Amino acid sequence: MLEYWKIFIAFFKVGLFTFGGGAAMVPFFRRELIEKNGYISEEELMNYYAIGQCTPGIIAVNVATFTGYKIKGVKGGCLATFSIILPSLIVITLLAGILQMLSQNELLSHIFSGIRKGVVALIFNEVVKLFQRNVISVYQKCIFFGILAILLCFSISPILAILLAAGVGSINYCLKRQKK
Amino acid sequence: MIFAVLFSEFFKIGLFAIGGGLVTIPFLFELTKKFDWFSAQELMDMIAVSQSTPGPVGVNMATYAGFKAAGVSGGIIATFGLVLPSVIIVILVASLLKQCSENKFVCELMTAIRPAGIALILSAGIELCKLSVTNWKEGLFTAAFFVLIYFYKKSPIFYIILSAILGAVLEL
Repeated sequence: MLEYWKIFIAFFKVGLFTFGGGAAMVPFFRRELIEKNGYISEEELMNYYAIGQCTPGIIAVNVATFTGYKIKGVKGGCLATFSIILPSLIVITLLAGILQMLSQNELLSHIFSGIRKGVVALIFNEVVKLFQRNVISVYQKCIFFGILAILLCFSISPILAILLAAGVGSINYCLKRQKK
Repeated sequence: MIFAVLFSEFFKIGLFAIGGGLVTIPFLFELTKKFDWFSAQELMDMIAVSQSTPGPVGVNMATYAGFKAAGVSGGIIATFGLVLPSVIIVILVASLLKQCSENKFVCELMTAIRPAGIALILSAGIELCKLSVTNWKEGLFTAAFFVLIYFYKKSPIFYIILSAILGAVLEL
């Protein structure tokens, strides 16, 4: 029982004290899971990150499920996942409730009008960063601009866009194999 | 039954948003067109709140969106819907996945899917920009912010607070 409690505390803390998500969470995972509790090794954490990026869903949640599974099987995986999302559930629900009550406030509407521009600028910056890191080859640039053009001209669903890219990837894989 | 719809919509997001929290933005934007749970304006507020509060951004946005759609239980159901696919997949294939990340086919798929995910974020960003920037003053403000963020890489929270203060002062 104590062991489960410790797992809960470790992942709850990661959820409570990290801002951002994805790669921003690595130092917190490292402190709680490697340095404090010795649940996994540095190499395992990096492996989970690599896998977490190519499995569907939120990367931090995937890493939590993985680590929990490694410590205590299926139960551990579920517990770790629940613990890491619990702080979000509490904090966001409270904040959303408060903001909803204040929605008529004039000052707050100016504040949020400013924030919306900030968010748009942040998203564009994030796109630039992600593009520089992940879209490297000409092949990848073709996919990026191709999908972007399709998205801007026809409003297809995001699911379809992801499936399209997966289709291109599969075809490319088959072509590469045939060459060999 | 709103809870069932909410659950299935977020389950789909959890299953197809590959590449991290921000990839959920285009999916959430699509929800603003399909349902009247929240507006695109409110989505931008959600993104801001989610980036300035603890926890993974994608999880925060799901909780917020669910809350907007159907109150406290809505937030819980949306969040569980979002994480369920990853829990199932990770647990089912945990033992195989180590080989999976070195698998040539999976690598090839990810090489193709990652640029698509980024294109999705960009197109959602363009839509949100059109909605929130309606005159030249706001355009200038947004462009100045973009340049500022690009050259001074501080945490997103810093910029969200700064844009909040400027929004209040300039009465945007």
